[in-house]
Amino acid sequence: MIDVVINITLLAFLAITSIAIVRMTNLFAIVMLFGIFSLLSAGLFVVMDAPDVAFTEAAVGAGISTVLMLATLALVKRPKEPYYDEAPRTHRAWLPLIVVAVTGTALVYGTWDIPGFGSPDAPSQTHVARYYLEHSMPDTGVPNTVTAVLASYRGFDTLGEVTVIFTAAVAVMLLIGGRRPKPTLKTKDEEAQDEA
Amino acid sequence: MRPNLILHVIAKFVIPLIILFALYVQFHGDFGPGGGFQAGVIFSAAFILYSLVFGLETAEKIIPPHWLRILASLGVVIYAGVGIESLILGGNYLDYTLLGSTQIAGQHLGILLVELGVGITVAAAMLILFFAFAGRGRE
Repeated sequence: MIDVVINITLLAFLAITSIAIVRMTNLFAIVMLFGIFSLLSAGLFVVMDAPDVAFTEAAVGAGISTVLMLATLALVKRPKEPYYDEAPRTHRAWLPLIVVAVTGTALVYGTWDIPGFGSPDAPSQTHVARYYLEHSMPDTGVPNTVTAVLASYRGFDTLGEVTVIFTAAVAVMLLIGGRRPKPTLKTKDEEAQDEA
Repeated sequence: MRPNLILHVIAKFVIPLIILFALYVQFHGDFGPGGGFQAGVIFSAAFILYSLVFGLETAEKIIPPHWLRILASLGVVIYAGVGIESLILGGNYLDYTLLGSTQIAGQHLGILLVELGVGITVAAAMLILFFAFAGRGRE
């Protein structure tokens, strides 16, 4: 019972937050609302007994990515007056509305076939999950099945994930990392030579 | 930046707790929720908080950027090295069973080392990302 109340409250807050994000124009406030959105999702994951996912969502979604987005915002300073004129709206409002309504209906229709939450007949429970739950303790001696699957059964996957994170760091370093020397201003003759 | 006394005192109080919690998540991940990835992110959050409060230059004195580059690659090397080690011992790649005297001991050691590698790489990578973004506006 208490689960249902918490779920409904969290989902209501999620909906309010997303509507607020859509309607806002202040980027700083939107970034902060993204953080709140992540934190609410983390709360939902805890209610659904997925503390490992909740941990990641709270640390990465609410923590690091908010800081990174704020850092990006600080980099792209907005001039007081926008240097461009917003293009006048050329489309009618009803066309996107119909597209959204149809897509939403299709998605809701799709959820009818999804098995109930925690249902033992769900495909995700009948495939390999049962094997892991039964064998992870005698195989690895690790009580947390998530860790056993992540680090041992699917160790090769996780190696790939770590390599992806490493690659991301390398890519960011190559793109915007380090302190580069300031570009030296070219004199007029040099520019003429370059063009020639 | 004008020093803010309350922020400084609270940050100095909170940062050790965050690092302690990160270590707990790292090494208790076998038994409770958490693991290398979450621990690495929490660990880097402590240093990000430090550099937000005390300034980027001070934070870079504590962890110089070239250390971070070494650490980020060290984590991947530890992870892949565990796999190579199990190959050398005659098992499959990343099969930890042969690392210890019994299967359980080997798996325990392997998972611990692998999670350590994940934690080191993630923490270093997050700090590299943050320093890259935050240091950009300084030039």
